[in-house]
Amino acid sequence: MTFTLTGVTLADGTTTNVVVEGQTITSVGALTAGDLIDCSGLMVLPGFVDLHTHLREPGSEDSETVLTGAKAAAKGGFTAVSAMANTSPVADTAGVVEQVFRLGKEAGLCEVFPIGAVTVGLAGEQLAELGAMADSAAQVRVFSDDGKCVSDPLVMRRALEYVKSFGGVIAQHAQDPRLTHGSQMNEGEVSSRLGLAGWPAVAEEAIIARDILLADHVKSRLHICHLTTKGGVELVRWAKSQGINVTAEVTPHHLLLTDDLVESYDPVYKVNPPLRTDADVQALRIGLADGTIDIVATDHAPHPTEDKECEWSAAAFGMIGLETAFGVIVKTMIETGAMSWPRLIEVMSTNPAKIGGYSRQGGAVSAGSPANLTLVNPRSEWQVDREKMSSKSKNTPFHGTELTAKVIHTIFEGVFVVKNETLTGLKHE
Amino acid sequence: MKNQLLSINDLSKDDVLSILSTAAELERITEGPTKKLPTLRGRTVVNLFFEDSTRTRISFETAAKRLSADVINFSAKGSSVSKGESLKDTAQTLQAMGADAVVIRHGSSGAAQRLSDSGWINATVINAGDGTHEHPTQALLDAFTISKRFPERKSDFSGLKVAIVGDILHSRVARSNVLLLTKLGASVTLIAPPTLLPVGVESWPVLVSYDLDEALEEFDVVMMLRIQLERMQNFYFPSEREYSRRYGLNEDRLLRMKQSGIVMHPGPMNRGLEISAASADSSRSVIVNQVGNGVSVRMAVLYLLLGGASLSEVSQ
Repeated sequence: MTFTLTGVTLADGTTTNVVVEGQTITSVGALTAGDLIDCSGLMVLPGFVDLHTHLREPGSEDSETVLTGAKAAAKGGFTAVSAMANTSPVADTAGVVEQVFRLGKEAGLCEVFPIGAVTVGLAGEQLAELGAMADSAAQVRVFSDDGKCVSDPLVMRRALEYVKSFGGVIAQHAQDPRLTHGSQMNEGEVSSRLGLAGWPAVAEEAIIARDILLADHVKSRLHICHLTTKGGVELVRWAKSQGINVTAEVTPHHLLLTDDLVESYDPVYKVNPPLRTDADVQALRIGLADGTIDIVATDHAPHPTEDKECEWSAAAFGMIGLETAFGVIVKTMIETGAMSWPRLIEVMSTNPAKIGGYSRQGGAVSAGSPANLTLVNPRSEWQVDREKMSSKSKNTPFHGTELTAKVIHTIFEGVFVVKNETLTGLKHE
Repeated sequence: MKNQLLSINDLSKDDVLSILSTAAELERITEGPTKKLPTLRGRTVVNLFFEDSTRTRISFETAAKRLSADVINFSAKGSSVSKGESLKDTAQTLQAMGADAVVIRHGSSGAAQRLSDSGWINATVINAGDGTHEHPTQALLDAFTISKRFPERKSDFSGLKVAIVGDILHSRVARSNVLLLTKLGASVTLIAPPTLLPVGVESWPVLVSYDLDEALEEFDVVMMLRIQLERMQNFYFPSEREYSRRYGLNEDRLLRMKQSGIVMHPGPMNRGLEISAASADSSRSVIVNQVGNGVSVRMAVLYLLLGGASLSEVSQ
């Protein structure tokens, strides 16, 4: 199919037309062809890429499936998502990653890239067959035990070394398990008052520091999942200054929310790593703007109602984030003047595509690029409503939050999978 | 006064004074030949205990019965943590039974607030201890005990020096007492090994010391906290003996306390560990008084929160 997005604004502020033929952008400029779709007032961005989601299938289909997760992703403007390995069974074999990959293809709403487990059963003891997953139809390149830390330094070292043979990367969930036994929230002033067991910043930073040094020693590629602390930002900044091959991500919720929200004891604010302090939030924003932190990733973590409708300590950790990520990033980074629109493209599309090796993602909006595009209204006020989410779960901490930018259309491989904020029912075959 | 008691923060200073004076009045009335008042006749108080605590449950039960309320004891061991019945389902069950007040003891910090905020139940919620967060009626009974021992102060604790000694990190009693005693003007010093003080304690309105002997002579009140032996497994302190030597209230230390100083303990005590038998049973000890005062204070709380008939009516 051929169509033209007319009167659309590019991230640099110029207004133009974008022609899509089949799965490819064929022209950016004055030309038009095929159906004309009025996009005046909208900004066109390369489709977003989320390197960190939990799609829960196989095993926890009551909270999300690859299909419902892909719907939420499309609604949020994502044209590719990576699905973490902590499913049941764990994605630690070629069979499971191929299943997730196939489910993603069938959904046809965005690319779904399974992440392989680093260790068998996420147990941290024995390397999973990383090579088999890399060679599988899913072509896995990102490996992570996310939800759990690869805490044994020798296992981590070997994993970093091993993935070099196929250009892989280890995405570390940095959490020293001994320092966080029974932890419920950020350790500090608020936890002292609330009587909730603390999750200290040092438990995150100690692992980040160790892994940076390991990555340097074996000259491999390390990715730090969901950075949350000021000290962590400093460590990554230092590593980059030394030329160590490390990348880092931050979630939208850690860019906006702080641990005083836990005073409500409402488990919607229970997340791992936990919400931190305002000083941490400010450091993360600076880090994301100045290039220390490479990407935004949602850590979309759906949970069924009963796992949140309970007392704090019994509740599950995690928040959903696919459908609010863009609005929250505009609120925290663009509206505050911390970051430009071109930088937003880097952190939400170009860089995550590069880290994951996702070749059809993160391209510039220019002739020849795959037609994976997100059209946003940068000035459109809306209120987050968990009842309107496409995710199967409702555990958003942003319910009722006023945001000022929203995703209007999502085009995946030349197909409008979301049009006027609504899933079209169309998919890429 | 708010229609709930989840934290000492729910109470203004006037609320506290009102509870203490009501407790004194109720105590005076019930010291007479008839121990029972008709004020809460027809009201239902549920003791919802997710954790075993015979003494707190009995104290609330006695208090409610002395006010003629109907009392239901609901022991809900096997909470949602162990995938038994959830807090929500339990709450809705109690709602259906028409509970007017729910006294909740739960192992999870914030459980009382969850019960109250969730909309699952309309009853008045009273926190009888939530995890390592708060135990407001314990603090109220402690304040009541102190005020009776220092009657000339008339519940004004300014200048009163209180030491709270032991496992502050895991103590709901300490958290509630810090809030309450400082509200009444007392100067509170927390004394513990650094391992048993929370990170963030520097933001509390207290003084902190690692040394029990440093200023023991200065305290009007020394409140000893129970040490749980399982804490040793997480390296909070090396051994029982060492803890007892450094932080136990033994006879030597008892003798160093000022003449008018009193010794408190929320119970149950580990005699010989945080407190010696001689200290627990000495004339300074008000530990047994604390138990009796607990009933009066809990009567006052139930009475004020459930809005019983006026005291002047019932005392006639």
